[in-house]
Amino acid sequence: MTPLPSPEEIKTLIEAGVPGATVTVIANGSPSAQHSLLLDHEHARAVAEFLRDHAELKLDFCSLVTGVDWPDTETTAKVKVKKLVAGPDGVEQEQEVEETRKTKVPGYLEAVYHLFSMGKKHGPVVLRLRTANRTDGTHLPSLTPVWRSAEFQEREAFDLYGIVFDGHPDLRRILMWDGFVDYPMRKDYVPPEDDILVTGVKA
Amino acid sequence: MEQDLKELKIELSKNGIFTTTLEEIYNWGRKNSVWPLTFGLACCAIEMIATTMARYDLARFGAEVFRPSPRQADLIIVSGTVTKKMAPQVVRLYNQMPEPKYVIAMGACAISGGPFRDGYNVLKGIDRYIPVDVHIPGCPPRPEALIHAFMTLQKKIDEQALRGADRPRHLQADLPSEFPVPAFGAHGLEPAQNDEVFLAEQGNPLKVIQ
Repeated sequence: MTPLPSPEEIKTLIEAGVPGATVTVIANGSPSAQHSLLLDHEHARAVAEFLRDHAELKLDFCSLVTGVDWPDTETTAKVKVKKLVAGPDGVEQEQEVEETRKTKVPGYLEAVYHLFSMGKKHGPVVLRLRTANRTDGTHLPSLTPVWRSAEFQEREAFDLYGIVFDGHPDLRRILMWDGFVDYPMRKDYVPPEDDILVTGVKA
Repeated sequence: MEQDLKELKIELSKNGIFTTTLEEIYNWGRKNSVWPLTFGLACCAIEMIATTMARYDLARFGAEVFRPSPRQADLIIVSGTVTKKMAPQVVRLYNQMPEPKYVIAMGACAISGGPFRDGYNVLKGIDRYIPVDVHIPGCPPRPEALIHAFMTLQKKIDEQALRGADRPRHLQADLPSEFPVPAFGAHGLEPAQNDEVFLAEQGNPLKVIQ
């Protein structure tokens, strides 16, 4: 039994095996140190097939697919800027002024895959795929053609997060009914008002 | 008058003569053969199954015959979390049962959604759609609690008068025996509750009047 190569080593293996693929290692700072590999959409399918078929890795089992919602965030930073400011005598002078700048960081949806090898008895290798944004660019390539076990879990991520998996054989809602329009696991989901306990009329 | 009759009955029974009324014998028969529907939703169903087994032995109350068809059942024990996706089926099963029929809401989930009430797919109490006769709190309630609910239901059946304005629903032709099945809407179930059932019940433990 060979130990599982580190994420950096897997990244080098992928970049050698799949030309053009961009792989980013996302470090996990927690004690588990379960680092993951962020893949680009274009080569995700090829990378998945490479990881499954590679003689040393042989990641033949996808145990988990889940969605993560990263909402839009706003960061405020105080920046010192040199500016022309009119003084009390009406003459403009250059002064250093503190300004608060707000930068909007657009959110995205993420699909996370956990891969194991049955034959080599090692794992997990964590893959990540990120959508362009949370509104109109929610497409990701499906990895169901590579790992059949991803089928229902990709449907679940589609159902609850609204990630559209291109190439999925049967992408339908799985937990909620077909006419449902919301994505309940997103951070900005608002449940219907009638779910609130207090009902009735004023006495 | 009624007191005299009761005393006469006791006097007669002391002399080996058994007298009864149609109402008494009818309710006695009904309360001792409540057949529940074979129907469980979540972990409460495990407690319900335990109740029917030898240790707790629900058969002592004449209720061991769990019927696999709603057509033969008198009682539906809503045992567990009712998801919004499941709720129409629960109401439909209830509608398919013949009158007289009874409902036990077993556990916190069936009463109000319980620990899962913040869930996006959890119905906040089955009494939004069907009339519940006995609520059992607990998460899950122990078999003793279910037996207590059974005895409460038996007492309720026993006290039902066959005549008069407060006779049970199945003896009043103008009262409904079926309730509208909620439909799947874009954001939740439509309607969110059946006002005739949910708000009409003054004793509803969930109803908060502001």
